[in-house]
Amino acid sequence: MDTFVQQIINGLTLGSIYALVALGYTMVYGILGLINFAHGEVVMIGALTALAVIKPLAGAGLPWPLAVLAGVAAAIAACMALGFVIERVAYRPLRNAPRLAPLITAIGVSMVLQQLAMIIWGRNYHSFPQLLPATPRAIGGAQITDLQIMIVAVAILMMAGLALLVNRTRLGRAMRATAENPQIAGLMGVDANHIVSLTFVIGSALAAVAGVMVSANYGIAHYNMGFILGLKAFTAAVLGGIGNLTGAMLGGILLGLIEALGAGYIGDLTGGFLGSDYQDVFAFFVLIVVLIFRPSGLMGEKVSERA
Amino acid sequence: MLEAINLEVSYGGIAAVKGISFAVEEGEMVALIGANGAGKTSTLKALARLLPARGTIRFLGEELAALPSHGLIGRGMALVPEGRGVFARLSVAENLAMGAYSRRDHAAISADLERVHELLPRLLERRTQLAGTLSGGEQQMLALGRALMGRPRLLLLDEPSMGLAPLMVHKVFETIGAVAATGVTILLVEQNAKLALESASRGYVMEGGRITLADSAGNLLADRRVREAYLGE
Ligand SMILES: Nc1ncnc2c1ncn2[C@@H]1O[C@H](COP(=O)(O)OP(=O)(O)OP(=O)(O)O)[C@@H](O)[C@H]1O
Ligand SMILES: [Mg+2]
Repeated sequence: MDTFVQQIINGLTLGSIYALVALGYTMVYGILGLINFAHGEVVMIGALTALAVIKPLAGAGLPWPLAVLAGVAAAIAACMALGFVIERVAYRPLRNAPRLAPLITAIGVSMVLQQLAMIIWGRNYHSFPQLLPATPRAIGGAQITDLQIMIVAVAILMMAGLALLVNRTRLGRAMRATAENPQIAGLMGVDANHIVSLTFVIGSALAAVAGVMVSANYGIAHYNMGFILGLKAFTAAVLGGIGNLTGAMLGGILLGLIEALGAGYIGDLTGGFLGSDYQDVFAFFVLIVVLIFRPSGLMGEKVSERA
Repeated sequence: MLEAINLEVSYGGIAAVKGISFAVEEGEMVALIGANGAGKTSTLKALARLLPARGTIRFLGEELAALPSHGLIGRGMALVPEGRGVFARLSVAENLAMGAYSRRDHAAISADLERVHELLPRLLERRTQLAGTLSGGEQQMLALGRALMGRPRLLLLDEPSMGLAPLMVHKVFETIGAVAATGVTILLVEQNAKLALESASRGYVMEGGRITLADSAGNLLADRRVREAYLGE
């Protein structure tokens, strides 16, 4: 029972992070029909930027919470700018090109960002400081840390904020209209380019926060951390139904839970034949099963359109 | 109000509109009729800057060449596209709100919403329903109402009768007439030539990308060629 509760807690933490990153993939896909494979790298830049700000500020004697807040703010600002530039430089010129072209560009951007990060931050693993005291609290025979509580709470707040923006504001309405039909939205006066930029910027802000979370959770940051994380979050987005915001949130949480439970039980299930390092395989296996039965993902169901 | 001079549209080297010129004066309703593939939709799309076109388009004294499509509604031009183009995953109320996206005069927007609901009561009944689940006729009403929410001075309508049952067609045209009566200028594209010419004051006939006839609606209705080709006589 302890393992179960513990893995649920770990899974929710991990899942919250996946969900934030998955939202970035799904928002861009919803508007442009494009998989922004560079999105994982934005998460990485977020983590390393936060680190680069927190360390010297804390070293200079700034109170710890202030240094952390400044680091997170800097990461968000840097990633928003990065997302804006990526769209402008890499994707906008290819807006009307065949679908394969922006896909290849996305992979190119991803490589460029990784190399850039390697030049700036080196190849080493950087230890990421403990953002919150690590004293665990006992809960139902398992343990939860303040950091885990914080990660889940901040993720929920951000997702609620995004849901409000998209579903309840004039701007969000324009985003949904543009996702559905940019030409017609244009006739209503919506500048699709603004909406696309905004989508990248919002997705990147979520990615920045997710980057800080994931590094704080594992205590590590490095130039290569965005790749697998991006792939997992993309998986989560597809699992939930790519293009669907609720789906991305659900897919992220689900993937986190599947992974954590898989890692916790895979040894028992296979009589010790497979170890917890097979958790990635487990996650992708579930994805394949879901896609066989629901090719458009869990929430990827369109309303019926009548002519 | 609107003037097109030598308008040309082509798709990958194939000309669909071959240098047409026409004008719409303030307060008129003008019909543009023609068979399938004559180039009517292409003409309207060119006017709304949805397609690259050659020639000159002048609207309220301004050349539209440099203007992006999303700048038109702010200047008073709205298009109800062929096939309605409602946002299927937005509710009826949200679709109407999108129509007013370019405006900031909140009090006047509320007043216009009330007016649209009066004109099209069905939209009020269905305001929380997703537009994609409306009937074809209701979608046409919504597309029209949405365009009106932008307070256009010129309304471009592309085949508002398409796919509708006769009773619904009648209702839609009644509504268009009511809109025209409020002083909105209308350029109406229709395959239903009889209905279009009975509603409009002037008309153009388009064939194979060219305008072949231009006259008052009454004269066109009486014209032998029009009667044979478009009125099935
Ligand atoms: N996207 C496109 N690509 C290539 N050709 C096109 C395209 N759209 C229209 N055409 C061609 O341009 C010509 C004019 O089409 P258009 O849609 O303007 O006709 P229309 O008068 O609106 O016809 P209908 O009454 O059937 O709506 C047709 O020959 C059509 O095949
Ligand atoms: Mg047409």
